[in-house]
Parts: sequence; structure tokens; C-alpha cells
Amino acid sequence: MCLALPARVISIDDGEMAVVALEGIKKRISLALVEDVSVGDYVLVHVGYALHKVSEEEAERTLALMSKAGVLSAEIEEIEGAEA
Amino acid sequence: MKYIDEFRSHDLAEKLATAITHEAATGRDYHLMEFCGGHTHAIFRYGVQDLMPPNVHFVHGPGCPVCVLPVRRLDDAVELAERHGVILCTYGDMMRVPGTKQRSLIRAKADGADIRMVYSTQDALKIARDNPDREVVFFAIGFETTTPPTAVAIVQAQREGITNFSVFCNHVLTPAAIQHILQSPEVRELGTVTIDGFLGPSHVSSVIGSQPYEFFAEEFQKPVVIAGFEPLDVMQSTLMLLRQINEQRHEVENEYTRVVKPEGNLKAQALVGDVFELRSEFEWRGLGTVPYSALKIRESYAAFDAEKRFALSEKVSREVKSCECPAILRGAKKPTDCKLFGTVCTPDNPMGSCMVSSEGACAAYWTYGRFRTNADGTAATKEAAE
Amino acid sequence: MNAFEPDFATSAGAVDMTHGSGGRAMARLIRDLFHKHLGNPHLAAGNDGAVLTLPPGRVVVSTDGHVISPLFFPGGDIGCLAVHGTVNDVAMMGAKPLYLTAGFILEEGLPLADLERIIRSMAVASREAGVAIATGDTKVVEKGKGDGVFITTTGVGVVADGIELSGDRARPGDKVLVSGTLGDHGVAILSKRQNLEFETEICSDTTALHELVAAMLAAVPGIRVLRDPTRGGLAATLNEIAQQSQAGVILDERAIPIRPDVAAACELLGLDPLYVANEGKLIAICAAQDAERLLDVMRSHPHGKNAAIVGEVVEDKHAMIQMRTKFGGARVVDWIAGEQLPRIC
Repeated sequence: MCLALPARVISIDDGEMAVVALEGIKKRISLALVEDVSVGDYVLVHVGYALHKVSEEEAERTLALMSKAGVLSAEIEEIEGAEA
Repeated sequence: MKYIDEFRSHDLAEKLATAITHEAATGRDYHLMEFCGGHTHAIFRYGVQDLMPPNVHFVHGPGCPVCVLPVRRLDDAVELAERHGVILCTYGDMMRVPGTKQRSLIRAKADGADIRMVYSTQDALKIARDNPDREVVFFAIGFETTTPPTAVAIVQAQREGITNFSVFCNHVLTPAAIQHILQSPEVRELGTVTIDGFLGPSHVSSVIGSQPYEFFAEEFQKPVVIAGFEPLDVMQSTLMLLRQINEQRHEVENEYTRVVKPEGNLKAQALVGDVFELRSEFEWRGLGTVPYSALKIRESYAAFDAEKRFALSEKVSREVKSCECPAILRGAKKPTDCKLFGTVCTPDNPMGSCMVSSEGACAAYWTYGRFRTNADGTAATKEAAE
Repeated sequence: MNAFEPDFATSAGAVDMTHGSGGRAMARLIRDLFHKHLGNPHLAAGNDGAVLTLPPGRVVVSTDGHVISPLFFPGGDIGCLAVHGTVNDVAMMGAKPLYLTAGFILEEGLPLADLERIIRSMAVASREAGVAIATGDTKVVEKGKGDGVFITTTGVGVVADGIELSGDRARPGDKVLVSGTLGDHGVAILSKRQNLEFETEICSDTTALHELVAAMLAAVPGIRVLRDPTRGGLAATLNEIAQQSQAGVILDERAIPIRPDVAAACELLGLDPLYVANEGKLIAICAAQDAERLLDVMRSHPHGKNAAIVGEVVEDKHAMIQMRTKFGGARVVDWIAGEQLPRIC
């Protein structure tokens, strides 16, 4: 449900419109639903609207969490391997 | 693509798969309902199920706005275009959904109705500006994610004095649907559907936040993990759900923190509150009538309400007999339990909405899962083995 | 030219019904636009048909109707597309394309300047491809009954003995190759569609592939299947071949070349690039032991520099196309149901 993609804001009009870029694709979208967005921010784009800012910090935290789960499981495997 | 590719990494997927297998090694089964079609799509498109231990089951939920729209509302849209002669603007998703007697928007268009596919409500507004002598109706569908853009268009139309634009509103609400499923006899009494936890909506939650789920996590004692739509998000959230279940916790956790905040998007919520109000009830395909589960346009914006602007006729709308979409949407049946699946009903000739939307469980089963075998030739799905 | 006849004013004016009436207006349209740009001895003869002398070998004929909106798009237009499309269809049979015929359906109101631009583009494309447009036809339909212009082209070529290309010849163990990045044409067209516009550098890949094919066949005469993945993209074309050969294919998603911006546009619109059209790419299937040699030949040709081995033919009674995903799972790459529509969910 709800196809939405993170894209980088590359320019903002006087009004509520902005241009976002995604790998060389540029699309005009509306900023009517978000506040405090600046050029360089990543926003989640859905049906031509920015829905939310994307937090870089949180994205990295989530990836770190995923890696940690992996590290844990590697340790577990090692222990289990040693027991076997 | 930043924030996309790194959440599709094969290496992390393997690590998470090991962690999940370890967490699930308890001898019990885990039934996790992914509410959203976006999750269903990710699970099938990336082959997430292949990386899961056999005792972790995904139960596909009703979170596909195309799938849950009752036939009656689609018939109404066709009527707007055909009998009232409006320019009907719609998202591409709705074009092929069959209405009564297999009549879809694409067929109505072939017969001469003026139906135009748009990507954004801004495009619909532009069509209204460019055609001042025509009535332009936007066929609004979708959950909380897609509702705010409709609200923006209505407010903008009022501000600009665009008088030939209106909205046929079919926006529905996620928490009401989840609660309805949890209260259904199949879950509560009959036990035919087991749900141990929920993968919670991702983009819906970016608007409404994580708070609305607190109530039923507590009331129904089911854990909820708000999960992003990338395949690694689905896996990490699965791991978090398994941990909660194993530890007998039932909390609302948020895996998709890069976009979802506890309070959601307050600006969007305020705008939606200004333009829309609750309907006392709304019919969902599959779930039946669900109280306070949909939105209508407020009296102050009545001029933009297509239901007030055009007299829609009483009609007898019918789904195809023996189409199991309703039970599939409740998680009570699998696509392969339906007699029509793959015989009469295929994506080329869909009988029900679940076969049309790329998020529909039937289309996902058909497109990505049917007859699927592993590279070594062994059956990867039960269907393939049978 | 008769002194009383003014020059054909192509910069102004539009196609009207007289251009299809068989009268003087039509004769002038043909002379001042078609003959002027496409000129060759066959057309100049002014007969109802062309008499062609073909070199020895088996004759290949292929025909293709071209309809496209918009008529002009980044990287090409309906004119060069109508030449490339049919040249490629002839080439996919292993033949050297020699002649084309062209039938035009013009819609009343089409600006003559646009028509001239399209015909010039056909002229350039056919000259580059070394094929002459030997005969043609023009009809005009009333406004509202066409989409500007439709062009049907038929190609004639000759295939050398020993070359046996057919969709039913794929065998388990064979390798599947593509000649370059997928989805460029379809995305370039979509970027200009009304209500979907987005800005991009992506151009249509429309081009004639017969020289690439000639180089490939010279190196590996035993190629089993060649086909250009136009409408429905790689997915549709491989499904056709799988059905014809009664075999399956397993693709490796990592190996499939797709431009990052094409991938991004597809993400944005909810499309799958495997189903997006190409106009200058081909799929080749050959025996495993020939694959590397074929790949080298393709990569050393300008139209194949991004070529890749993307999969393998396998035994499969369902004749399915499957793919090992980058993510590490597996999925089916099925036939598409109708046209891919941009989606929001």
C-alpha cells in the first residue's frame, strides 16, 4: 500500500512546490504537507507530495540495528558450531 | 538510491535470516499479519519468504485500498463518468478493477467515457483549470497516506475558486480495520485465523504516528511493529515481533523510525481534520460494514463533494459469485483456496480486486509465487509441490 | 516544376482531406515530401510497386505497425522508430535487411512541418541502416480518427544458409544474453506523457541492430534465438520464447543491466523495468560454450557495449521465467496483464 519513495529536495519555489531528485530523475512535488524542509533534505514522496522528512540519523540507527542482529547470530552460530 | 538500496542488501538479509531462524527455534508456529499490501508486495517481489524458517507464516491483511473498495463504489465512479459525463480522474491502480458484470473504468473508457489517469491530485486540479466548461471529478481512494493530498487539492480548489472540481471520496482508516479484524469471529471465537502479531503500516504511520495502535496492542494483547516497506525492514520487524511474542510482550514498537514519529505528521492531520469528518460506517469489501472506518467531506466543503453534487442512482452491485476476495482479505483463506484462482480468474481476466492490484494477495501469489521452484528444482511453495 | 505551382509550403499548413484524395494535392505531397527526402530509383519510377532483385539466400519478410504518443520523444520520433523497428525484426531472423515499404495513415490536421520532420528522420534512419524505402502508400483520415500519424513498415531481407534462428530452439543449459541496459525507451516515452512528466536525461534507445547481429552471427553462427524485447520488455519476450521452446529460464537479477535513473523512474511510478519496452536492444540465446565468445563480440560493438549474460535456460514443464533476486530470494517473472499502469499503491 501507498507507494512512497525517499528523494532529495534540490530546489524550493516561493510557494509550496519543490523539485526532488532521485538518481537523475527530477520531479516537481508539493510541500503543502510538510514543514521546515530545506534544500538537501530527503523527503518521502507519495502521489506528488512530500509526506515526511526522512531522518538520516534514524536510518543509520536502523541499519546498525540490523547489522547487530547479524553479528549476534554469527556469534550464536559460532557457539553452536563449537558445541556440535 | 539512498535509503532504498541499503535496505535491500543481500548480506544483511542473510544475517537477519540467521537471527530470525534462531529466534524462531522454539517449536511453535508464528502467524504474523502484514496489514499492508506494500508488505505483501515486498515479501513476494524480493522472495522474503524464502529466507524465513518454515514455522514463520505471513497472513496477508486487507491493507490494499484498491482491494477493499466495494464494487458499489466502483460502479458509482463508472456512473459519474458515463451518465453524468464528467472527466473522471483516477490513479492508475483503479483502471482495471472489475465492477458489476466485469465493467471496469478501462472498459468504460473504451466505450467513450472521459477517464483520465493521474499521478497526483495536482494533475486533477490542472485538468479542472484547463477544462472550465467540464465537470472534473477526482476518484479518491486510499488510506491515511493518500488522504492528505486529497485534502490539499480541495483546499486549493476553494482558494483558487475552481468551481468545476469535486472529489468522490473513498478514503478509509487503518486502525478501524485492524480492530475489526481482531474482533471478527474468525479470530476471536472460531480460531480459524490465528494472528500472533502485526507488521504495522509504514507510510500510513508516517501520517498518523505510532500512537493509534497502542489501544489494540493493549486491548487484544497483540504486539505491533511498525515496519518499513523495504525487504530488510520486513525482516527486522519480523525479528522484533518474534522477540515480543517469545517474551510475551504486546507493545507497539517502531522499526521504521526514519520516517515514523510517535505523533505522526501533525500538519497533515490538521488539514485532513479540517476537510474531512468520520462516516458513521462504511462498507469494505471483505470486511463488510465497519463503523467509523472512513471519511467524508465536511459540510463546509460540500461544494467539492461529488456525492452531493451528482445524484448517484440506486444500484444493485454484485461481485462475481464464488470469488473468495472477501475471505482472503480477512486472512481467512489463501488465494489458492479459491476455486476461481488461476482458472477463471487471472491477472488478464480478473474476477476480483485481489487479482488486480499488484498488492492484492491473489495477484502477488499469481505473479510471484505460482509454481515457484527453487533453483535446484525442488518446490518452493506448497502449491508448486501439489 | 511548373512556374504556376508555388513551392510546397511545409513550414505552414496541415494535412487535409485533399492530401489523400488522389488528386494534385496528394501528388505534390508525395513528390515534395516523400520523394524529396526518401528518394531512390524505386520510388522515382513512380509505379504501383517495386521490382527488387535479391541476392541468393532465403527471403525474410516482417511487418510492423507503429503508433506512438508523443510522436516526438527524447532520442527519436515515430519516423526513425518505424525504420528501426522493422529493420530489427528482419535482423532478429538472422537476415540482412535490404528494403522497406512504408504505409502512412495521416490524420487531418497534422502539421506538415511535423510530417516533414518525421519523413526526414525516416530518411536518415534508412540511409544509416543501408535499406531503401522501395514503395509506399499514404491515406488521410478525418480528424479524431487517428493519432497524428500511424506508420506501417514492411521489411525484406535475405538470410544466409546455415543460420537457423527461431523462438522454439532454446534448450536447457543454453545461456541468455541481453545487448544492453533495459527499459530506456519506455521510460523516455513515459517521461513525456501528460500528467506523468518528470525531468530526465534518459533517451529512447531506438536504433538499428542488424550490424550488431551480423557481427554476432559471424562469430557464433549457431545462435539459437534472437529477439528484440520491445513491448512488454524482457519479461514478455522471454515468456514468449519459453512457451515456444517449452523450457524455463532462470534469470539472475544482479546481472541484468538497468540504468540507475531508469530504475529510479520505475520505482517512482511503481513499474517493473523488466516489463518496460526497448527499441534498440536484443536478447540472444546460445549454447553455453558459445556464450563468452558471443558476449565479447557484443561488447566490442557500439550497440552492445553493456551486454551481459543474464540467465540460463532450464527444463521446466510450466515454461516459467524465474529470477534469483538481488535480495537472495526467488520470484516468478510472469506475463504482464495488459499495459503496465503507473500506480500509487
